[in-house]
Amino acid sequence: MIKTIHCNEIIQAVADLCLQANLELPRDVQNAIEKAKNKEQCALAKEMLEQIQKNHSIAKEQSLPLCQDTGTAVVFLEIGQDVHIDGGLLYDAIQQGVAQGYQEHYLRKSIVSHPWLRTNTKNNTPAIIHSEIVAGDHLKITLAPKGGGAENMSSLKMLTPAAGVEGIKKFVIQTVKEAGPNPCPPIVVGVGIGGNFEKSALLAKKALLRPIGSRNPQEENARLEEELYQKINALGIGIQGFGGNTTALAVHVETYPCHIASMPVAVNINCHVARHKTVIL
Amino acid sequence: MPISLHTPFETTDLLPLKSGDQVTISGIIYTARDTAHKKMTQLLEEGKELPLPIQGAVIYYAGPCPTPPGKIIGSVGPTTSGRMDSYTPAMIQAGLKGMIGKGKRSLEVQRACQEQKAVYFATIGGAAALMAGCVKSARVIAYPELGAEAIYELEVENLPAVVVDDCYGNDLYERQDQLSSPS
Repeated sequence: MIKTIHCNEIIQAVADLCLQANLELPRDVQNAIEKAKNKEQCALAKEMLEQIQKNHSIAKEQSLPLCQDTGTAVVFLEIGQDVHIDGGLLYDAIQQGVAQGYQEHYLRKSIVSHPWLRTNTKNNTPAIIHSEIVAGDHLKITLAPKGGGAENMSSLKMLTPAAGVEGIKKFVIQTVKEAGPNPCPPIVVGVGIGGNFEKSALLAKKALLRPIGSRNPQEENARLEEELYQKINALGIGIQGFGGNTTALAVHVETYPCHIASMPVAVNINCHVARHKTVIL
Repeated sequence: MPISLHTPFETTDLLPLKSGDQVTISGIIYTARDTAHKKMTQLLEEGKELPLPIQGAVIYYAGPCPTPPGKIIGSVGPTTSGRMDSYTPAMIQAGLKGMIGKGKRSLEVQRACQEQKAVYFATIGGAAALMAGCVKSARVIAYPELGAEAIYELEVENLPAVVVDDCYGNDLYERQDQLSSPS
């Protein structure tokens, strides 16, 4: 059976996601911050975590965005192959929803139309859309507003097989260390390994969406996540770079088969305002 | 207890501050980001007047969200200060005394802070609704065409911050590095 979804429904759903994602963090991120606060030994870092939590309450009470950088709108679509979109083009509907959401809800417009000519598009479009065709008759839309500060600290390297898993660890840790206080720690670290140049970057970005506390189902990957998590937190960058026990709330690793000559590694860093919100139509 | 500071700053206000001190800042501060800095340093080069009174001034590296109806300002947290590094020594030379942002500064900025007695403060990145609550009044005073990147004059009350680079060449982030670097 083919399910029909009208574009208007998509536009409204995306506009709503823009507001919801920017006002309230997912429960798993909130819990991770609470846990970090409870185990924090450094007084200054603990106080910063308390203020971060205070920010969550104020944002919710006053309907203000958690962060003034309401980000690039990154949209992940899971399109069931039994879905028919009616009333226009799917991508147009997504873009219209983002424009509507950012304009109606007083979110900051942070997108410029050209990388060096830099004229603001004034409605935060274009969103960056990643889509996947899946089984079923649903349309799953995830909106992940991504701030510029943490995105700027991300990195990608085309390692070769000789570097081995030690080379991967070294690159991830070096990226986090060089980022230092800039990406607003405590951070979430998404690591994409394998595939090719663009696949590794997409894996890293998608890794940021995984619930904090989850582990990659593949044992080797889960072990790497744990080791990187320990090593990153031993760097002592801490909350906002002021030191302490927690630099990363989570490290998520995703892997993919790759070419015999290659071993790409992408590290995408998210700030503590690790926003994403999903709706299924 | 945090140290209470009032703008504009005199050198004597800044001399007691040490990297790592917690402070609250009250009074008038000005927002400016990348493009506003580029424009202002150009004015300095041409010997022209700046759109803000620079003597003793405090600049907040921030670009707020649009102001919702009935509110003083939208969310207004700090942006990454390092992007302003290349413009900052000239601003300090012109009289700038305080900067509020987040993240590391260049050696040139740290040196300018030391030589000209200026201070770089960090506030909490991502705590933008909390910061909006510290703003008592806001108005655009220059470059309205830049939108979020315009220069806003903000009257703030008890804006929480931490001294990163003091007047003595100390840097809070570097100190953390030394504390944690493996032997």
